[in-house]
Formats: sequence, C-alpha cells, structure tokens
Amino acid sequence: MTDSTRLRVDDVTLAYDNRVISSGLTVDIPDRSFTVIVGPNACGKSTLLRSLSRLLKPQQGRVLLDGKAIGAMKPKDVARTIGLLPQTSVAPDGITVVDLVSRGRYPHQGMIRQWTSADESAVVDAMRATDVAELASRAVDELSGGQRQRVWAAMALAQQTPILLLDEPTTFLDIAHQIELLDLFARLHREGNTIVAVLHDLNHAARYADHLIVMKAGEVVATGAPADIVTAELVEHVFGLPCLIIEDPVSKTPLIVPKGGHWQA
Amino acid sequence: MRLIGFVVAAALLVVAIIASMIIGSRDIPLASVLQALQGGPGSTPDAVVIFELRIPRTIIGVAAGLALGLSGALIQAVTRNPLADPGILGVTSGASFAVAIAVGVLGLTSASGYLWFAFGGALVATVVVYLIGSAGRGGGSPVRLTLTGVALGAVLSGISSAILLADPEGFTAMRAWESGSLQDRGWDAIPAVLPFLVIGTVISFVIARSLNAVALGDDLAVSLGANILVTRVLALAAVTLLAGGATALAGPITFVGLMVPHVARWIVGPDQRWILAYSLLFAPILLLVADIAGRLVIRPAELPAGIITAVIGAPVLIYLVRRQKASAL
Amino acid sequence: MTATTTRAPRLRDHRRIRLVTALLAVAAVVFALIALGTGDFPLSIPEVVQAMFATDGGFATTIVLEWRLPRVLAALAFGAAMGVAGAIFQSLTRNPLGSPDIIGFSTGSYTGALIVITLVGDAYLSTAVGALLGGLATAFVVYLLAYRRGVQGFRLIIVGIAVTAMLHGLNTWMLLKAETEVAMTASIWGAGSLGLIGWQQAVPAFIALAVLVPFVIILSGPMRQLEIGDDAAKAHGVRVEPARLALLVVGVALTAVVTASTGPIAFVALAAPQIAHRLTRSAGLPLVGSALTGAVLLLVADFVAQHLLPNAVPVGLVTIVSGGVYLIALLIHEARKRL
Repeated sequence: MTDSTRLRVDDVTLAYDNRVISSGLTVDIPDRSFTVIVGPNACGKSTLLRSLSRLLKPQQGRVLLDGKAIGAMKPKDVARTIGLLPQTSVAPDGITVVDLVSRGRYPHQGMIRQWTSADESAVVDAMRATDVAELASRAVDELSGGQRQRVWAAMALAQQTPILLLDEPTTFLDIAHQIELLDLFARLHREGNTIVAVLHDLNHAARYADHLIVMKAGEVVATGAPADIVTAELVEHVFGLPCLIIEDPVSKTPLIVPKGGHWQA
Repeated sequence: MRLIGFVVAAALLVVAIIASMIIGSRDIPLASVLQALQGGPGSTPDAVVIFELRIPRTIIGVAAGLALGLSGALIQAVTRNPLADPGILGVTSGASFAVAIAVGVLGLTSASGYLWFAFGGALVATVVVYLIGSAGRGGGSPVRLTLTGVALGAVLSGISSAILLADPEGFTAMRAWESGSLQDRGWDAIPAVLPFLVIGTVISFVIARSLNAVALGDDLAVSLGANILVTRVLALAAVTLLAGGATALAGPITFVGLMVPHVARWIVGPDQRWILAYSLLFAPILLLVADIAGRLVIRPAELPAGIITAVIGAPVLIYLVRRQKASAL
Repeated sequence: MTATTTRAPRLRDHRRIRLVTALLAVAAVVFALIALGTGDFPLSIPEVVQAMFATDGGFATTIVLEWRLPRVLAALAFGAAMGVAGAIFQSLTRNPLGSPDIIGFSTGSYTGALIVITLVGDAYLSTAVGALLGGLATAFVVYLLAYRRGVQGFRLIIVGIAVTAMLHGLNTWMLLKAETEVAMTASIWGAGSLGLIGWQQAVPAFIALAVLVPFVIILSGPMRQLEIGDDAAKAHGVRVEPARLALLVVGVALTAVVTASTGPIAFVALAAPQIAHRLTRSAGLPLVGSALTGAVLLLVADFVAQHLLPNAVPVGLVTIVSGGVYLIALLIHEARKRL
C-alpha cells in the first residue's frame, strides 16, 4: 500500500509574505493511500495542502510529483493528475449546479477538444456520487451551505484525477452528509485513487485514514497508521487535550474520548 | 492623554485659521489682520480683502471641513466600511447635481434657494447608494457600496454636463463651482447653511455611543441594547445635513471624509465619540491646509482645495487598500 | 434515468443561449439597415440593400456607403468592443459594477485628450492618440499600484477609483484653466460622440479591434475558470496571474481603442453584459451575447442621439442618461425584492 510515493514535499519552507509557517519540511504522501493531515488550529496543515496543490509556491525546496518539480510542470498536466477541493470558492451569479460541476472538466479540454461524452459522463457520475443529481438545474447560490459543499465536491470529482486533495471537505455538512462524503472518498480510495485530506475532526481522521500526518506549529510530529500512532500521549502533546483512547466498536480504529474539564471525575 | 491631543489639535486649528487669514496672493501680516478685525470692514485698505475674501473663505473652510470630516466618520461607522467617504459614495455628487439643477435650470442663485436642493440631493443619493449597494449577495460590502457611489456620481456628473452644455453661462459658473474651490464663495451661503451644520453635528455626537455598538455588527449591537434603526436614521439625517451643507458651501470635495477618521482612529483608537471629536478638529485643519497650499502652489493663480484633497487623498486611499489583506469579495 | 434528467437541463440552457444570441444578431442587422435608411434622404430597407450592392455609383449608394455606413458599422463594432470589455472587467472583478467606465480607465483617456487639446488643438488624430496613450498609461499605473502578489478584483477597483479621482482633479483643473471655447470643445469630446466617424477614422479602429478578437477567443476559457475563484482555477490548470493580466490588457485595449475614436462613452460596458446575462440566462457573463447586446445598445443610442431628439447630441449623453435609467431600474428591482 505504501510502497511508492508520487507526491512529496522536499525540504520546503512555506510562508505567507514574511510569516514563515514551516521550514525544512519533508513529507511523503504514500501512493494510493488515504492520507489525512491533522493538527491544532494554525499548525500549518492547510498550508501544506496548498503547497501540494500548487496554490502556494515554497520559498525554498520543491514539491515533487512523480519525481518532477510541480512548479516546472505545465499547469494543465498537473491539473489532470491532482484535483483539489479548496476551502474558499466563489460561484458566479446564477450559475447552475450542472454548469459548475462541468467547469471541473476544464483540464481535459482544449481549444480543439471541446465537450465530449466522456466529459458528460464524468459530470453525471460526479453529481450522482455526491447526491446532488436532483439539484442539477438549480442555481448554486440558492442552495444551503451543505448542498453547496457537495456541489463543489462534485466539481472536484468531475476532474477525475488519480490524486485528490481535500481542504476541510466536511465544513457545513451535518453528520449524515459528513459520513456520506467521507465514505465516498473511502470508496474512491478503494478504487485506487490517492486521497489527501485536511480534517479537523480527529475521530473522523482516525476512522478513515490509513496514513495519518500529525502536525504542530508547522512541523510534522508523527506519521503512520492511526492504530499505530494515535495515543493519549500524542493527543495531549499536540492538542493539549487529556483523553483516553478506546477502540471504535464499528471501525476498530482508535476513538478519542476527551476527559477532564467538565467531566472531571 | 486623548484630552491633551484634543487641545493640541485645537491649537493647530487656530494656527491654520490664522495662516488662512495671512496667506494669499498677497500676504497680509498678522498685525494688519488684527488691526482690520478691530476696526471693522472699511477701516484699513487690507480690511476689504480680509472681510470680503479671507474671513468668509476661512469660515467656509472650517465649516465645510468639519462637516465633511464628521459625515465621513459617520458613514464609515454605520456601513462598517473603512473606505467610505461622502464624496466616493456619491453623497456630494447628489448634492452637487441638485444644486446644478437649481442654479442651471431653475435659476436659483442664492444659497438659501439652492440649499434645500443640496440637502435633497444628498439624501436621495445616500438612500439610492445604500439600497443598490446593499442588494443581493455580497451586498453592503465596501466594494459594492463604493462602486454604486461612483456609478451614481458618474451618471449625475454626466447628466449635469449634458444640461450645462446647452447653457454656456451656466456652464462657466458650474465649472468653477464644481471644482471644490473655497475661493470667491462670498458670505452668501454661510448664514443659511451654518444652523443646519450645527444640528448635524449635535446629532452626530448624540448617536456616537450607539455607533460604538453598531460597529460590532447588527446582531451584537441589538443584544447590547442599541436601537439600530433609530441610529441609522439619525445617522442618515446627520450625513444629509452635514454633507449636503458642506457641498452647498464649497462644492463637491472628496477624500476629506475618508482620510480624517482614519487619522483620528489611528491616534485615539476605536471609540466613536473620540473619533468624532478629533475629526471635528482635524478635518477643518486638513481643508484649510489644502486651501492654503492651493494659494501657494501656483502663485498668484490658485489651485482649488478640492483638487489638492484629491491629489493627497488618492494615494492615501491606495495605501489603505494595499495594506488590507486581500480577500475575495 | 438520472442520466436523462441531468442531460436535459444542459441542452435546454444551451438552446436558450443560442436562440437569444441569434435573435440579437438579427436585431443588430435590422437596426443597422433602418439606421442606414434614416436621415436627410430617407431610404426604405430594400432601397438600402440595393444601394449597398449597386455598381453604378448612384446618389443612394454614396449616401449609404460613404456617409452612413462607417458610422453604423462603428456603432456596431465599438458597442460590441465595449460589451466585451465590460464582460471581461466585470468577470475579473467579480462585480457587476466593476466596469471600465466606472473604475475610470476612460478618465485617463480624457486626461490624455485634454493635454493634447490644450497644447495642440482639437484635431481628430492627435486627440485620438492622446486619448489612447492616456488610457493605456492609466491602466498600467493602476495595475502596478494594485499589484501585490497578484491583483485581486477588490484592490483593482479601489485603486482604479483612487487614480480616477486624482485624474479627475487634474482634468477639472485643466478645464478651469482653458478658455471657454476650448473647455466646451473638450467637454463635448468628453461626452463621447460618433459624429466624426468617417471611413478614415473608422478603418484603423476596426483593424485594431480585429487584432484583439482572437485574443478574446483564446482567453474566454481561462476567463470562465477564473470566475469560480483563484484556488479552483489554479487547481484546474489555469495560470491565474498571467491570464488575469492578459485579460486586463485586452479589456483595456478594447476600451482604449473605442475611447480614442469617440471619446468616453459610458454605460455600454456596464449594462451590456448584465442585460445579455439576464436574457440568455447563462452562467457567468456571455462574451458573444455581451458583444451583440453592446452593439445593439450603441446603435440604438446613436440613432436616438442623431434622429430622435430636437437637436442632435453626442451619443455619450444618451448612454449616460440610459445609464441613469438602468441604475434606477436596478434600484426598483432591488427595492421590490426587499419589500
């Protein structure tokens, strides 16, 4: 499962203007893994994801895809390999769901090769998978936050890339839809895609990830399978949260149960 | 601490006033100024210049400046938009257009005649900009309001150009009037406008406290007990009186209302009462200084104060927007 | 089953867009023919068509081909150019009011023209060159000042407004200093007019616009992707900053060419894309629709300016008043939504 690495950051320094978030960071994303990046607020997890998706150029170091520096590759080539569900997006006035999802096909189109049936089925499949098919002709700005999030997810899916990056994909969703979306990504992972997600819910991360990257203050503190690395000591060290770890009865993965505070024995 | 600053600002204002009396195409020494003031109009040869030109000009500078500064602070507080200014948001354009109609079309040349047009224009412009600018998704955002104000200003100035192209005398008169110059305005408008400026100022300070609450957002303001509707309506009234009055006195002048509250805020922090108080002093200083600069820069000719405030204000606006974190709007 | 429900809406949308676009094109042609037939020597539409293709050089042919056709074609071409420029800017700034005439690239053209008129007099060519350079220089300065790790729509708008305010002050002063006749002439130029457009003036402008068309076509894809946000666009493989710069350059060039030829004509760039958007119910702003709508708007406005008013006026005055009406309509629409 983790035999090769297509995507990695190599000794990078990531900064916004002059505020350095991470320096000398090296991270491997195992191929065909479901990698989840977790950490407290402002630990640099979103920044790491942004650098993986070309949104943020490292001040030093390189981001490598299949051994080549991402910055030097043609943007559309990268876009056919790495898909992104960004945190903030703008929907143009009055755009319908099906139109927005179709925009995700852009990397596969060119001046000569316009709309084909492959594009058509990609869009349809994406909308079905995220359960927005009935909303197809509705305007995106009329939808609820949760519906809109699923539409954006559909757009990322329509890109049909072997590697999918997700920046906090479960925002705005109620628990049923959160699980539904995560199950969808798990299915994509089973089908052979590489998923890299930033999640803020530690238990979701432990449940779905087969490779966890734990960050704090811009550095990677631990990596590995959740069952191996998620311990009460780690959670307390990284998040400052006293807890105990039990086994989730359904998924058999570590389940974090906070203790202390209100529930002081 | 703030009180000390206030006193210093007041002293600076006095200096500016004195400078305004002294400097001009012909400098008049302070001693002569005092002499003329004591003796009254007609007492000395300089007295004519002092009483006919310098005094009304200075009074207009102080009054219009103060009004613009206060209305700028009010608009910025109510719309929570740091880039607001009665000029940019079209309020002064509305007032100016109404005056153009009054003077050009209806022939009302006395201030007491076109003053009400100025108020009306300011009021309508504010309401229009607010309604269009806060509509739809992303409405009420600084950019939206600004663009609406600019759009309105563009339309109104175009239409008044159209009207005046047909009337060469009106054209010349309005050309000078619209340049935002304090020169040659005479005493005419002052007694008519001043009482309304006073009312506007009083209203501003009355709502200052609620403005502090409104600055936190509508929901929070309501839970703090502020009456948003009343505050907004009173603010609207104050802005109309102040910006309309300033325009009636001095023509459309931009950027004073933008810059001064920022300087005030930079010195005293976010308390609206102090921001208003400092704006009350800083704005006239700014306008007088701009006017004085206009008298010096191309002596013996004069550059209208409105142009100087634009030339200073634009870089300030650019600096402010560059400093803000870029956010997708 | 699900496949058909998702396929149908797509086709329906495209059909509507194609239909409306075709109708707009037809309207443009019809209005053009009417305009060609109106004036001191009225001609019916069949007569116009005959005159256009006649080879005997009759009087009707002269009227149509030499007097009226350049102006009508100019109205169509310049209106289309402004419609497209408006669509580009509004898409870049993600704001329906982010139009070049509002942000003020035309003020810079006005400054250039004023400088030339004051120094050299109001010959057509020199004024046009002055306006062109003024507009381009202004756009360049605005871009530089708004650039900070990229140009966001928000900053572009505000910097545009600030620079415009400064230039407006400068223009006001130049107008003040000038003698009344010069000021009046300059003001008339400033109102925007098609009155001086004959073949000599129109052809260079047409060539310039034709050069820009392929760029618009190439950039239309990236423009649509930029509409969904910088992050998403980058993730789809768009080179965001270069695309934005290219779009800006094309938008500014379109505006500058028109303004240089006619003086600043307001509100076509503002209104055309929005009207086209509403008519075609497209996602985002349609480029072809905006072009056709702009063409029709300017043609109609010029027709009104020339023939339907007691005295002929510059077309810019008609468009500005229409702009006012447009804003009021917007206002009523929004007010009704809230009450």
